[in-house]
Amino acid sequence: MGFKFVILATDLALWALFAAIAGYAWRVAHHDTLRATWLKVLRDPAALSAALVLGLFVLLTLADSVHLRRVLPAKPGQPAGTVFYDTRTESLLDVLLARQLAMRESTYSEPLAAHALTKQNILRDGQSVRDYPRLAHGGAHLANPATERLPDIARRAATGAAAGLLLAALGGLGLAWAVRRQHGGTGAAWRAMLADRTDLPLRALWLTLLVVCLLGGAVLALMGHYHVFGTDRTGNDVLVQTLKSVRTAFVIGLLSTVATLPIAVTLGILAGWYRGWVDELVQYLYTLLSSVPNVLLIAACVLMVQVALDKHPEWLDTGAERADVKVFLLCVILGVTGWATLCRLVRAETLKLRELEFVQAATAFGVAPARIMSRHILPNVVHLVLITTVLSFSDLILYEAVLTYVGVGVDPSTSSFGGMINLARSEMSRDPVVWWSFAAAFTFMVALVLSANLFADGVRDAFDPRARALRPRLGLRKATGT
Amino acid sequence: MFRYILRRIGYGLLILLGVNLLTFFLFFTVNTPDDMARLNIGGKRVTQEQIDKWKAERGYDRPLYFNAQAEGSDKLTRTVLWERSVSLLALDFGRSDSARSVDIGHEIRTRMGVSLQLAVPLFALQLLVSISFSLLLVFFRHSRIDFWGVVLCVLMLSISSLFYIIVGQYLFSRVLRWVPISGFAPGLDAVRFLALPIALSLLARLGGEARLYRAMFLEEIGRDYVRTARAKGLTESVVLFRHVLRNALVPIITSAGAYLPYVFMGSLVFESFFGIPGLGAFVIEAISGQDFAIVRSMVFLGAALYIASNALIDIAYTWVDPRVRLS
Repeated sequence: MGFKFVILATDLALWALFAAIAGYAWRVAHHDTLRATWLKVLRDPAALSAALVLGLFVLLTLADSVHLRRVLPAKPGQPAGTVFYDTRTESLLDVLLARQLAMRESTYSEPLAAHALTKQNILRDGQSVRDYPRLAHGGAHLANPATERLPDIARRAATGAAAGLLLAALGGLGLAWAVRRQHGGTGAAWRAMLADRTDLPLRALWLTLLVVCLLGGAVLALMGHYHVFGTDRTGNDVLVQTLKSVRTAFVIGLLSTVATLPIAVTLGILAGWYRGWVDELVQYLYTLLSSVPNVLLIAACVLMVQVALDKHPEWLDTGAERADVKVFLLCVILGVTGWATLCRLVRAETLKLRELEFVQAATAFGVAPARIMSRHILPNVVHLVLITTVLSFSDLILYEAVLTYVGVGVDPSTSSFGGMINLARSEMSRDPVVWWSFAAAFTFMVALVLSANLFADGVRDAFDPRARALRPRLGLRKATGT
Repeated sequence: MFRYILRRIGYGLLILLGVNLLTFFLFFTVNTPDDMARLNIGGKRVTQEQIDKWKAERGYDRPLYFNAQAEGSDKLTRTVLWERSVSLLALDFGRSDSARSVDIGHEIRTRMGVSLQLAVPLFALQLLVSISFSLLLVFFRHSRIDFWGVVLCVLMLSISSLFYIIVGQYLFSRVLRWVPISGFAPGLDAVRFLALPIALSLLARLGGEARLYRAMFLEEIGRDYVRTARAKGLTESVVLFRHVLRNALVPIITSAGAYLPYVFMGSLVFESFFGIPGLGAFVIEAISGQDFAIVRSMVFLGAALYIASNALIDIAYTWVDPRVRLS
C-alpha cells in the first residue's frame, strides 16, 4: 500500500531542532572543555537516569513526528494513474499502535477490564437483561472472564516483565562491555558497576533501565489484549492518548523555548553592548511585556490567531494541519511573550563581559562591534541560554496544561495532557468515578516533567559553579567527583 | 527619594501607555469592530443596521486610529483608540462589549474584595510556610532531612497545580465532605469555601518556593559575616534567624514582590475551579466570551499593579537594607 509523507510545521521544527541538538553533541565530543562540563552533568546519577527517560520520550516524539497519508484502494471506474489519499493524517506511532487504535469500545471501561463500566440492556439467551456488557476488544479472548481474567493478566504481565528483565540484563552487559577497558575485562566491569565503583554512575543508569524495561515489557505484553489504562468516554484507549500527548508536551516545551532565543539573545547583547538609548528601548520593551499578566497576553494573542484562521479556511488542507498550525502558533506566541527573563540575564552578562580585558583588547585592535558581539560575547552567554532553556522546558509543559484549561491552549483535537486533565475534571465527579485517564496523564506527566527537572538541575550545576554549592549532599555519601 | 518616586511614576505611565497601545493593536489588527459586533449580537442573520446600532452604543462607530474626516486635532482624538485609551487612563473602564453590557468598574470593585479574601491570607501563609520549611532544610543541611526535603521539593514542583486541585477537591469535598466543592458566601462563611483553595495553592507552590528560598539562605550562609558570628560563639539557630534570615530578606522581597500582582489577578485557575466569583474567574469568562473591553481593562489593571508592586519592592529595599539608596 502506498502513502505520501505529510510534513507538518511542528514536525519540521522538531526534526530541525533534534538535528541541531545532535550537531551540538558532535561539537561537544570534539571540544575538551565542553566535553568535561557535560561529563559533569552525566556524573550526576539523577541527571544520567533522567537523560535515559527523556531519551525514550524523545524517541516516542520522533516516531509521532513522521506523518503520512495512505493511498485509498482504487475504486472501480477510477481512471488509471490517479491516486486518492486518505484525508486522515497518520503518524509512524499511529501505524505502530494501529491495533490499539482499532481496539475501540463503546464507552468507558476500567483498566484491564473485560466488561464495560456501566450496565446496559443486553440480549442473553433471547432475553433482555440489564448487566455489564463484555468489551469488544478488552479481554475478548477469554471464555469466562470472571475466573480467567486475573490469572491471564498475571501470566501475560509476568512474561512481558521477564522479557524486559532479559533486555535489561543484556543492556547491563552492554554497558559493562563498553567500560571494560577501565576495569580490566567485562566481568570486572560488571561487578564494578553493581558496586557503583564506575566513573559514570552506571548503576543508577542500569537500575532506571531495569525499571523501564520491567514496566514497559509488562505493558507491551498486555496492551494487545487489554486496555492497560482503560478507555475514555468515546471508547478510545487511554494509553494511546497518553503516548500521543508526549509529543504535544515536547512541541510546546521545546519550540516555545527556542522561539524566545533569537529575540532574547539579540536584544540582550545589543542592549548590553551599546547601552544608552538602545538599552533604554530594550528595557522598555521587556518591562512592557512582563508587566502584562502572562495568561492575558497569551489569551489575547491566541484569540487573535483563532479569528484569523477562522476567517481563512482556505489556508490549510486537512484538520490535522489546522490543529498543527495552531500548536505551532501557540509556541511562537509563548516564545514572543516569554523572552523577557532571558533577555535581562543576557543583558547583565554582556554589561559585565564588555569590560573584560579580552573584549577591551578586541576593541583596541579595531575589531568591528558586530564581530566582537558574535565571536566574543555570544559564546560567553551560551551557558545562560542553555541553563534557561532546560529550566523553562518543564515549566512550559506545566503551563500548557493550565492554558488548555483556560481555553487558549492547543486545539481540542490534539491530544495533550492539558486536555486530558480538563476532561478528568468532570470524570472525577461522575459516579462511579472515572479515575484512570487522570491517573495515566498524571503518571506520564510527572515522569516527563520530573526527569526534565532533574536533568535541568544537573545541567545547571555543571554550567553554573555557584549552583553546585547549593546542592543537597549527604555527608555520608562518597565523593563521585561532582 | 521624592524625585525618584516622580521618575518612577513617569516611567510607569509610559509603560501603561505602551500596554494600552499593544493590546489595542493586537486585537484590531485581525478583528474589525464589525466582527466584534457580529460575535456579540450572536445569531446567524445579523443585519448591518443591528451592527451599526451596536457600534454606536459602544462607541466603536468611529475610525480606529485616524479620523480623516475630522478637523485639526480632532483627526486623532475622534478615534476609537483615543477615546477608549483616555478613559482607561482615567480608570474609567466603561461597559463590557457583551450583550449583558455590565459596568466593568462596578464589577471590578465588587469582585476585588472576593479575590483579596482569597489572595491576602494565601500570600501571608505562603511566605510563612515556604520560609519556615526552607529554614528547616537549611538548619539540617547536608543531612538526610535536607536531602530528602529537596527531593520532595523537586517532586512537588514537577506536579501540575491542576492535579493538586482535582485530587484535593475529590478527597476533601467528595469523599471526606469537609468542605463544599465550590461556591462562595460573604462574611465568615467564606472561610469554609476558601480553606481548601488556600491549602491546595500553598501545597502546589511549596516545592518551587522552598527550593528557591533554601538556595538564597545557603548563599548567605557561606558569607564571611556568618563565619564571624559563629566564631563569636553564637548558636546555629541565632545565626540562622537573626543574621541569615535578615540578610536574605532582599532576595526574598524580590521574589515575593514579583508575586504581588498575582495576589490580585493570579488565582485564575483556582477561582474558576472553585467557583469563587473573583477577578480571576471574571477574566476567564471574558476570554471565553471574547469580551475585548473586559480583557483590555484587566490587562491594564494588571500592568498597573505590576508597576506599582515593582516600585514598592524598591522602596522596601531601603527599609530592609539601609545600604540601598534610591537615586
